[in-house]
Amino acid sequence: MSWGFLRDLLSGVNKYSTGIGRIWVAVVFIFRLLVYVVAAENIWKYEHDEFECNIKQPGCENVCFDHFFPVSHIRLWALQLIMVSTPSLLVVFHVAYRENREKHHKRRLYRSPGDIDGGLLCTYLTSLILKTGLEIVFLVLFYKLYNGFKVPRVVKCDISPCPNTVDCFISKPTEKMIFLYFLVATSCLCIVLNLSELSYLVFKHSIKCYLKRYIKRCQ
Amino acid sequence: MDWGALQTILGGVNKHSTSIGKIWLTVLFIFRIMILVVAAETVWGDEQDDFVCNTLQPGCKNVCYDHFFPISHIRLWALQLIFVSTPALLVAMHVAYRRHEKKRQFRKGDQKCEFKDIEEIRRQRFRIEGALWWTYTSSIFCRLAFEAVFMYAFYFMYDGFRMPRLMKCDAWPCPNVVDCFVSRPTEKTVFTIFMIAVSSICILLNVAELCYLLTKFFLRRSKRAGNQKHHPNHENKEETKQNEMNELISDSCQNPVIGFTS
Repeated sequence: MSWGFLRDLLSGVNKYSTGIGRIWVAVVFIFRLLVYVVAAENIWKYEHDEFECNIKQPGCENVCFDHFFPVSHIRLWALQLIMVSTPSLLVVFHVAYRENREKHHKRRLYRSPGDIDGGLLCTYLTSLILKTGLEIVFLVLFYKLYNGFKVPRVVKCDISPCPNTVDCFISKPTEKMIFLYFLVATSCLCIVLNLSELSYLVFKHSIKCYLKRYIKRCQ
Repeated sequence: MDWGALQTILGGVNKHSTSIGKIWLTVLFIFRIMILVVAAETVWGDEQDDFVCNTLQPGCKNVCYDHFFPISHIRLWALQLIFVSTPALLVAMHVAYRRHEKKRQFRKGDQKCEFKDIEEIRRQRFRIEGALWWTYTSSIFCRLAFEAVFMYAFYFMYDGFRMPRLMKCDAWPCPNVVDCFVSRPTEKTVFTIFMIAVSSICILLNVAELCYLLTKFFLRRSKRAGNQKHHPNHENKEETKQNEMNELISDSCQNPVIGFTS
């Protein structure tokens, strides 16, 4: 079980997406998942070992690290990737449900089970709203937990058993900050893509309904 | 999920590239991605552990390392490879869009569609002309831009491409000017120069491909101008657009639920 599972999942989702949805999948694969695996993971690999406090008091370093990093950046990033990809499964499940229904009734019920109309449209729109919501939630969480997206070089810690206010030094703070900003940028890009897709689908189906009503009125 | 996944994605683009494009892809895979994964990552693997400063002051090593290496070479290369490979996806998306349109035509039973089955559409290789030519050329421009930007960023951040053995650091909390020693500086210099050289080769290949495409474009244009003089063939674009509109309206009128009695 690894990131390959998420990749296979998203490839399945790609089939039933709109054009903008496919761009979203490509952005998630390449600029988020791939960057996470080949670059970001290694930066945070030894963060605890390399976290150094100017004190010999046993336990002080551990306590300070835990205080400043309740959940490590890299773990939050991984959670964000998983949560944000999951709403797309709703669409896959709905299409599978439609195909099952057709098999059960042994006749064609839909023009194509993967066509985004009717109930599937609602599911698709719901998945888009959930994805956008989760992206925003995680960005706010990052911001609140770490007081912004900056990673300082030094943090001052005075929690017991540290005997006084002690200087603690974080490893590779600049590199971590660069990748955090990259994460924020790609998250924002994904939010923009989701909102565009939402507007496009709503607009497209409103026009369709309007045309249908117009033609009925003409007849 | 790793470089293999990127390789799978890019492998599909290979079919629709020019010969120079295929050489570029081969150079990218073998001399950049493979070297990065197999060799470079190991050389830079222990970079902070073996970065040693001549002081016992806690925190001095961390701060000096961060000062001299704001972003590690290996991460910069990984980002460069990802950004440089991505424009090729524009071409892949354009080809996928065209295939989708042809499949739609085929399913509608359009007489104009010259394919016998879906498999033939899937296997078809598109020629680089028309809108695909513009997409392909833009992707080459983007690649060139990204390569240039990253090479400049490298040069700017590390004051050249040499890795020094010794660095002098006086950032707080170091008590004075402290000597810090980089691990494997010569090996890192060799690999840096290698990666820069291969980047330059890729830039040259991209420029050559661009020239080739432009030459082909102008030749085709002059050929078409010559043909049109002898065989005028006017296409009524307005009529085509009206036909597409009519199709859209008739599509939206169709009942989506098609049921038939068993």
